[in-house]
Amino acid sequence: MQVAPLTLVFVGFLFFPLLAIVVVSFWDYTAYTTVPTFVLTNYRDVLSSSVTYTTYVNTFKYAGFTWFFTLTIGFTVAYFLAFHVRTFIWQLVLFLICTVPFLTSNIIRMISWVPFLGRHGIFNSTLQAMGLISEPLEFLLFSDFAVVLAFVHLYTLFMAIPIFNSMMRIDRSLLAAAADCGASDGQVLRDVIIPLSKPGMAIGSIFVVTLVMGDFITVRLMSGGQSASVGLMMMNQIALLQYPAAAANAVILLIVTLLIVMAMVRIVDIRKEL
Amino acid sequence: MMDKGRRPRSFYVLGAFFGVFVLFLYGPLSAIILLSFQGPSGGLTFPMNDISTHWFTALFAQQRVRDFWGAFQRSLALATLVTLLTVVLLLLAGLAFRRRFRGATALFYLAVASLIVPSILISLGIGLMFNILGWETAWYSSALGAHLTWTLPFGVLIMFAVFNRFNPSYEEAACDLGASGWQTIMGVVVPIIAPSLIGIALFGFTLSYDEFGRTLLTAGVDNSLPLEIYGMTTNITSPALYALGTLTTGFSFGVIAIFLAVSLTLRKQGHRSRWPRAATPSRAAMALDNPAWAEAARERRCATAPLERPIAH
Repeated sequence: MQVAPLTLVFVGFLFFPLLAIVVVSFWDYTAYTTVPTFVLTNYRDVLSSSVTYTTYVNTFKYAGFTWFFTLTIGFTVAYFLAFHVRTFIWQLVLFLICTVPFLTSNIIRMISWVPFLGRHGIFNSTLQAMGLISEPLEFLLFSDFAVVLAFVHLYTLFMAIPIFNSMMRIDRSLLAAAADCGASDGQVLRDVIIPLSKPGMAIGSIFVVTLVMGDFITVRLMSGGQSASVGLMMMNQIALLQYPAAAANAVILLIVTLLIVMAMVRIVDIRKEL
Repeated sequence: MMDKGRRPRSFYVLGAFFGVFVLFLYGPLSAIILLSFQGPSGGLTFPMNDISTHWFTALFAQQRVRDFWGAFQRSLALATLVTLLTVVLLLLAGLAFRRRFRGATALFYLAVASLIVPSILISLGIGLMFNILGWETAWYSSALGAHLTWTLPFGVLIMFAVFNRFNPSYEEAACDLGASGWQTIMGVVVPIIAPSLIGIALFGFTLSYDEFGRTLLTAGVDNSLPLEIYGMTTNITSPALYALGTLTTGFSFGVIAIFLAVSLTLRKQGHRSRWPRAATPSRAAMALDNPAWAEAARERRCATAPLERPIAH
């Protein structure tokens, strides 16, 4: 009984909407209207278009780069907080410092890269002042580089928190035991800490990859509309009122995302980790 | 690596890395805050030309045509509603999670699904569902539901974490000493999980207040603040945009500060009172010298405390 309201919200605003997407993905549409019927043309259009595949490749590329950088940075930050900061109060303070930006507007955080990456931004003027380049680098803003940079900036915390959580649950006597047996710090890291923080890495990876796979606004803003992602492709169809086409794309995106997540969940039982 | 004394060299390397990471998080934000206070001739990049509040005034002058205040009020109202619903629903659910119940696993996976389904799908799905049903989308109905699919699962994860560590003997003790079900919940369970509830409320508020993807197709005719901000990014190319960023970031910082202050106050009160607190389980016992008494007090502490102090509601 006590979980009834919670369940109702999930059924009403998650299950039924997804069902609506599946239903509409089989509808037909013309330039002006949507026709409730049962056709497979939307899926055929999506699957036979080469644009779909290049867009997916591009989105996977973003997801891959973002995953790599957030994992590397998130792991290092979590490792520092968990094993090198000695008092709980400092761990808490430094942890809060990392968390606060995550609680502010994503769009503003994207815009905040403009003074850095623009043609006359800080990077370009610094490099020019140092005499390293003569012309401003054009690839900084409105490029794939900017997109990945923004993703890493926005989502590293989603990776750092679960890894930190896993690391804090490692029994410290294991590390002492490894050291007593003559393991170097590097060996302790490789053979004890990394294997035991894998669940945190898996949870963080699920967060980051699903966030990137469904994104459209970061790609739109940071690439200046020059790059494509699956989410952006759907938004364009929605803007053209081609809802059935967008719905078919949504179903495929959902399946792809779930497959990726299932592959990751095989590594870890999330529920045991909380 | 954990022993006291001299820090290894790796500490300084990692510390420097951490410092760079914090700079990476805060640098861009501080840049736009600085640049928003430029003089009228300022541009989108450094160096700063003069110092003034020109662009803040300019922002509000432009707002005569746009609905900035309306959007802000709607986002504030929506975030408050989302926060209240999230906390109440999760408190209820949390009480159920104290024990294993049928469907707990299914509910858990539903929550996980809600986290990993891309926000654009929730947005599109709710939009289509309202369309099929012939309902109008609006911020207080469709967008509210869309936001709950984002804030609730975070809370469910936190609740599962809390109750995986929850010791049922506290409640049993309260029960043995004659506390009613309601007294047990308000006097024992809620104080123990209060810090987590504040965390859930903070997450609920900020996630909803800044949410873009889930609002896009569900907000109806009236924009929420993030939608309004996004609209401005495409047509304002002056430091007024940074002024907007400074204002919304300042507001977010204010909200976070309030939540932190509330949680610190609760913590202090917790130390003063003899209410049961999970973080300091042995305080009462430590106050007593006699080992036998200490043992008895340790047995009793969580049960007796709420009864020694009248429960006020």
